[in-house]
Formats: sequence, structure tokens, C-alpha cells
Amino acid sequence: MATASVPPASPVKVNRLGLEIANYKGNKSTLCAGCGHNAISERIIEACFEMGVEPHRVAKLSGIGCSSKSPAYFLRTAYGVNSLHGRMPSIATGAMLANRSLIAMGVSGDGDTASIGVGQFVHLMRRNMPLIYIIEDNGVYGLTKGQVSATADIGSKLKTGVVNDLPPIDTCALAIQLGATYVGRSFSGDKRQLLALLKGALAHKGTSMLDVISPCVTFNDHEGSTKSYSYVKDHDEPLADLSFVPFFDDISVDYDPGSTMDITMHDGSHMLLRKLEESYDPTNKVEALRLLTESHDKGEIITGLFYVNTQQENFLTLLNVADEPLATLPESKVRPPKAVLDEVMRELM
Amino acid sequence: MATTHVELKESESHTAQKRIVNDLSIQVATVNGSGSQTANTVLLRAIFQMGIPVSGKNLFPSNIAGLPTWFTIRASKDGYIARRKDSEYLVALNPETADEDVLSLKAGAACVYDERLNLKRFRDDVVFYPVPFDQLVAPVCPDARLRKLVRNMIYDGVLARLLGIEMEEVHIGLRKQFKKKAKAVDLNFNAALVGYDYATKNFQKHDPYYLERMDATRGKIIIDGNSACALGAMFAGVTVVTWYPITPSSSVCETLIEYMKRYRVDKETGKATFAIVQAEDELAAVGMVMGAGWAGARAMTATSGPGISLMAEFTGFGYYAEIPAVIFDIQRVGPSTGLPTRTAQGDMLKNALLSHGDTKHIMLIPCSVEECFALAIEAFDLAEEFQTPVFVMSDLDLGMNNWMADPFTYPDKPMSRGKVLSAEDVRRLGGFARYKDVDGDGIGYRTLPGTPEPLAGYFARGSGHNEKAIYSERPNDYVDNMDRLTRKFETARAKVPKPAIQENGQREVGIIAYGTSHWAVLEALDQLKSEREIEAGYCRLRAYPFSPEVYDFIRRCARVYVVDQNRDGQMLGLLRLELEPEQIEKLRSVRHYDGLPIDARSITDEIVSQEAQN
Repeated sequence: MATASVPPASPVKVNRLGLEIANYKGNKSTLCAGCGHNAISERIIEACFEMGVEPHRVAKLSGIGCSSKSPAYFLRTAYGVNSLHGRMPSIATGAMLANRSLIAMGVSGDGDTASIGVGQFVHLMRRNMPLIYIIEDNGVYGLTKGQVSATADIGSKLKTGVVNDLPPIDTCALAIQLGATYVGRSFSGDKRQLLALLKGALAHKGTSMLDVISPCVTFNDHEGSTKSYSYVKDHDEPLADLSFVPFFDDISVDYDPGSTMDITMHDGSHMLLRKLEESYDPTNKVEALRLLTESHDKGEIITGLFYVNTQQENFLTLLNVADEPLATLPESKVRPPKAVLDEVMRELM
Repeated sequence: MATTHVELKESESHTAQKRIVNDLSIQVATVNGSGSQTANTVLLRAIFQMGIPVSGKNLFPSNIAGLPTWFTIRASKDGYIARRKDSEYLVALNPETADEDVLSLKAGAACVYDERLNLKRFRDDVVFYPVPFDQLVAPVCPDARLRKLVRNMIYDGVLARLLGIEMEEVHIGLRKQFKKKAKAVDLNFNAALVGYDYATKNFQKHDPYYLERMDATRGKIIIDGNSACALGAMFAGVTVVTWYPITPSSSVCETLIEYMKRYRVDKETGKATFAIVQAEDELAAVGMVMGAGWAGARAMTATSGPGISLMAEFTGFGYYAEIPAVIFDIQRVGPSTGLPTRTAQGDMLKNALLSHGDTKHIMLIPCSVEECFALAIEAFDLAEEFQTPVFVMSDLDLGMNNWMADPFTYPDKPMSRGKVLSAEDVRRLGGFARYKDVDGDGIGYRTLPGTPEPLAGYFARGSGHNEKAIYSERPNDYVDNMDRLTRKFETARAKVPKPAIQENGQREVGIIAYGTSHWAVLEALDQLKSEREIEAGYCRLRAYPFSPEVYDFIRRCARVYVVDQNRDGQMLGLLRLELEPEQIEKLRSVRHYDGLPIDARSITDEIVSQEAQN
């Protein structure tokens, strides 16, 4: 079935803002040739282009590691902070508190998230702050040359021959359990699925957490690794076929309600899950967690959209934050008048 | 409920004694969790309302219930409000410490105590006033569960009778404390009356201490430093507040939440013009501040020493990436358990240079609640003007104790948001270089995320970037950037609050102090003059980097005593880093680090002793 997310053919391909894909590119990547992270950057560029995201509204935020260098390689004209190891969640939270009109796109790695940053990660997930959290997950510390990370599977072998003997942290299960409202896993090599998941994340107003398995060609792409290109291709079990229909595409989509699930996103876009196992309900937390546990026990790498909740109040709504960005509220709104100080002083006399 | 005030009959022996009026310290020794806070606050307020300059210091344990706590109230006609080592009046209610409390009294002092403690046996040179607290409280407080709390009010009544505190002022104090809870006011006031009546019937006054109405507190307020910081932050226009609870700083944000709910919810929309988040730890609290500051908000956090340690990495990042941030540091004694509820100026050296690499930070140092308010506002202006983290260095003594003060002054200048370029600015300029020193003051121009102009975007990083914010590891780019940051710091040197200097033209002895040491130094200056004929000059630091006036002061003096409330003379160390050798030789150190607020006598004695060696 032809998907609605493919824009109509046009000689000069521009999006709904009239921007070309070149407007969404970044600087030249300095990561290794073949690094999965570069493919993810490409998908982010495409997703933002196709969704008609205004680049100036994007805040690119990252921690430390190979993954965290990658925001320089997409959306050159956007704003960004390459912050500290494991601290992207707090930087992103602060930026969104200051300016809720931003689209916060956080890029992290498996070490950055599941080890040094696991504290900030879990608390970010609890808050359901509107932002996109992408883990570029290769199971290994790349920038420090190949140490094992906390998402590495038990029994997975390092290039040095060292075997990992501790169980992995499943960041998706953690995110679902703690309160993230759009959670999926993908593979940097699965262009179509990753693109659909990223567009869905852009349409979602809550915490979107995507764990993207992104093989490290230099330190973790060998025989014995469970995060190598060949291993992931062999063990990838997509949960469903994903199609994303943006709200501005005036295309009616035919689908068989028996085999397809249609999820309406916050902005009016639709995420279609086809060939989904009939009994699976991605709005059910418990099912999502069971799926992840079972697939893990079977040694499968299940990918797709595991959980989505469009009803949950997000953090900014919970805080009752003003609609305009707090950062640029005028003095008249943020400095109470002298009468207020006089009143407070009288009470203290 | 006015009580007719009749002077207590004085004893024969005492009538010959000189009356000592409005010059005493009262120490109340209780167990924490016993609800003595209300009785102490009301006592303080009643004295304040009688127009007598007063200060209160709560020396409390790191515990919720069951450990000893002392509250000291000092009334001083001369306006001295520093802690004094000795007390004239002791209220002894804690069996655990009563022996020691009584033994530490000076001769001639008075002691009101729970009669079950039988303290008379320890001293014959102290005036004793035994009170049967439990017997007295039962009839006025039928609810046995409340008795533990209400019985403390009895000593307010006893002290009122013995010292001459007007009961009507006690009543007003209670109404202030309980606001609309009339029942609580009545219950507590009745307990105070019982104490008052008991004292009337049973005591003859044998001590010379009196409190009498004067007119030195009219128009003044009573507030703690943390509340003053909170008010300053609100009037500074703070919009993002993130914090993690830690004694003694928690009440900065807790108080701020209350004020913001009251005064910063937009009346038209019903929405908050702020966001306050209790973070998971100090790493996250300061990270959120950095994210918010980068995005253009006036953002702050409040913490204490251990929290500062966790904030070190981000503070350095803020210095290098040039992100405005305000961090309130309510300093306390060292790490972990033991003395976290005791005061110290323990973070001065650490914060000045916090983080790794070459980092230096602006610190503002309030000595009073008025300055907590004013410097909080100043801190937000400086943070945005200099695009860097700024510390407000308070301490537990200032932050958690009640201080008498003049009403705060409404800010007389608009918020200064620093060098921020709009989309139009960037278009007109044809682009911008984030870290370029366009004006020669070391401060670049920034844009805020969301500014709708493709040339306005930039990617902030830590140490490695050129002036266009492009990733760079080139030695020249790094050196140029570090030298520009030095220029920026030098610009700040001229902009930060100047020291307060009192000299009287003397050239021999100088004193440098900062923060809460100020109040003890003021008293020590008088002691040095009246007791030793030493007329010292005094320079009170209000900021780091040090203004040129600080160096000039040192140059003019022969010997300079630097007063620190820490073991190693941290401020002296910081001065040493920047002074030329012949000036360093002049520096002497006066240090106080027992966890209690510094007192004048300690300073005077130390200076006298060191002067004798010259």
C-alpha cells in the first residue's frame, strides 16, 4: 500500500515552509565512516524537513560521547548545547522551562544515558516534559575507545575479547515504567521505521523516548557483538509496519481496521501500525513491558512503537506555565509593582 | 487580655544593684521538636515591638526531634546584633544539657528552669527562678497532646514578668505567628498568662536585668536572610527556579514558592509567569538552570556546600559556554552528618575558582537581610550582563535567623538583560560571532534559541570553540578565548558592588571582613577603641572579584586583619592570590570555625593578642 508520508513528486523539493532539505543539513560529520549515528542524523534531517519544522525553534541538546557530537551534523541553523556527560536531560528541561515554544531534541548515547546519566534519565521520564530523547545506542563507549556500556547484552563480546557478564538496562522498559508517553526502539539501518518514529515524536507533546540501535563500526561491529550490523539485521523483529500521516497532508488513507491501528497524535497527525499482532495494544503499559521482557528472553531485538499515551498531562501543563516563553516575558510581567513590596514589608513589621 | 503591669518587688540586696536596661542576652535551651520555635519567635517579636533592637539566633541540631537546641535572643540598646558568648538569662528546659548550661553561666546571671531539674544545687552565684511547667500547663491545655508545645509559652510569660516585657506585645506577637487561628492564639496566650501570674505570685526579682520600651525599631521589619533572598529573586524577575532540598538553603526556594504563587500568577490568564522544579539532585538543579539561562530565562538555584560540590562541573561549563545563572549558596559547616545545621563561611575559596580548568566566578556577599534582597537583584543583572554564573554567598546565620532590618528598597533601575541580539539585529549585521569581543570589554553578544533568523543559531560547547562558536581545538583559539574571559572578569571587577569602607583616617590597623562577620566586627571596632585605644579601619568586602578600592585599603594600612568564619582563612587565601608580595606581608588572619556565629569578643581578643606581638 502506498504510504501517505511520501510527499508528491516535485522538481524542486520544498516542504510546507518552502524550505529545501539543504536548509536542514548540518556540518560535515567527524564520526567514523559507516557509523550508525550518521544515518540517524540523516533521518532527523528528513523528519524535520518533511514535517516542516522551523529550524530556529529546534534546541539540539546533548551530553558527551560520539552520540553527543552528532547534533552538529544536522540542522545547522538551529540552536544547540553540547553539555556535560549524562546531563542532557537537565539542560533540555531547563531550556523547555524557559521557552516552551522550542522543540527540544536531545541526543544521547547508551553510556551517557544508562550509566552516568541514568539518574537524570529516569527523572526526566517521570516528568513527561515535551521533548524528544534519542539514544544512539551501540552498547559501547566509542569516544574512550571501546569499553562496555550498560545496554550491552549479557554475553556480548568486546573487540578485546572481554565478555560482558552483566544484564543490560532496557531503556525503553524503564522509560515506559517511569512515565514517558511515546516510547519506541529502532535500528539506524531501518530508514523507514526510524523516519516514521521520528515524525511521530515531532507530533507528540510529551516525552518521546527512542532507543535507536546504532552500530559502532570501530569498536562493536565484530563477531560476538549483539550490537553489530549483521547481528541486529538478523535479530530485528519489527512489532508493526509504521506509517506516519502528518496533519497537513490532505490525503485520506485506506486501511483495514482489522489489521491496522490508527493513533491520532497531539497535532492531529496519524500513526498507523500495520500488521500489528492483534492482541497488542500500544496504549497499554503492562503489555508493552511484557512484550519487552518476553522478546528479551527470546533473544529477539523487537523494534517499533511500543507505547504511546496521548492523554497524559505534560510537565508544562502540570506547572501551569504561561503560554508565552518565560525567557522573554516583559519586565511588567515578571517584576511585581512597588505596591507588592510595600504590602510584604508591612506584613513583616 | 491586657495585664496591668506592676513592678515586681525587688529584693533588698538587689535594690543597691544598678539596673541594667535593654542590654542582655537570653538563652533558651530546649529539645528540638518541642515546639519552642513559636515561644522564641514571639518573645523576639515582643521585644522588637517594644522598640528595642533585638536579634535572634537559633542553634539547632541536624535532627527532627530529641536533640538539644538553643535559641539566643540579644536585646541591645546600642543596636549590637551579633551573637554574644555570654548570656544574662538562661531558660533551661532540656534535662540533657541543663547542667552544662547552668555551669557555663557567668556570675550574676539569672536562670529560669523547669523545677524538676533541681538546678540550684550547681551554683550559688546565679539567680534561680524555678517554674513547675507541667503543673502549670495542665489546666490551661486540656488536650494532653498539645501540652508539650504549649508549655513553652509559659516561659514567655515568666520572662515577661521578670524582665518587663509587655504582655500585650506577646499577644500581638502570637497573632502575627498564628495569623487567623484565633484558638491557637488564645491557647498559647493563656499559657503565657499562667507563667506571668506564677512569676508575680512566687518570685522576687534578684537580678538587675530589665527591658524597657524605647523607640529604635519603628518602621523596621523582621525577616530571615533566605526569605530576603527569595524576595530579591522575585523582584529580580526570576522565571525559572530549580532546587534540591539541603539545609540551610531549602527555605530560599520554599519561601519563594509561596511569594510567587501570591504575586506572580498572571491575573488575566491565571497562569504562572515562572516555573519552579524540585530536581532529583543538585547536578540536575544546576543543569536546568544552565538550560534555562542559555534559553534566555532568569534562572536560579539555591544550595549549600555539598550541593555546590555537585554543581562544580556545570558551573565551569557555564563559565566556558557563557551562560547566565544565579546560584545562592547558604554556607554551612563541612560535609555529611554532624554540623550541617551550623554556620560557616566555608565555600569562599572553592566558589571563587569552582570547577576544573581556568575558571573564576563573580560572588556577591551580603552581610544583612537588606543586602540579601538588593544583591539578589544585582546578581541577576550581573549574570545576564556578564553571561556567566554568579554566586550569592549567604550563610546559615544570615539565612535562617531572624534579623531586624529597614524595609527593602524597590529596585530603582530596570532589569538589565545584557547583550542580546534580535533577529533584526542579526539580519542588519549580516550574522554574528557569539564569542567575539566586539566592544573590548570581553563580553560577546548572544542570541536566544527561538530567534527566527537562520544566521542567529549557534551551538554552545565547553572549552573548544572559536569566536564564531565553531568547534575548535586550535591552541590560538583557546588562548584567545581564555584571554577574552580574563578581560571579561576585569570588566566585572569595576562593575560588582564596591566594598564598604570606614576609616577615620587611621593608617595602622585595618580589618577586612565580609558577610555576617560584619555585625561582630562593628562591635569589635568599638571594643578595640574603648578598651585598647586601637582605632582600626574597616573594609567590608561585598564582592569578588575584588574592587580596586580593596587593594587601596590594604596599601594604606600597616597591618590588615582578615576575618574569616572558616579554619584556613579562605578570604585571606583569595587575597593572597592577587596581591603583590609586600601587601601580602601585611595580612593577618582572624579565624572562627566552631559552627556558631562569630562574636565580637573573639575578634577583639585575637586582634589584641596579635597586636601585642608587633
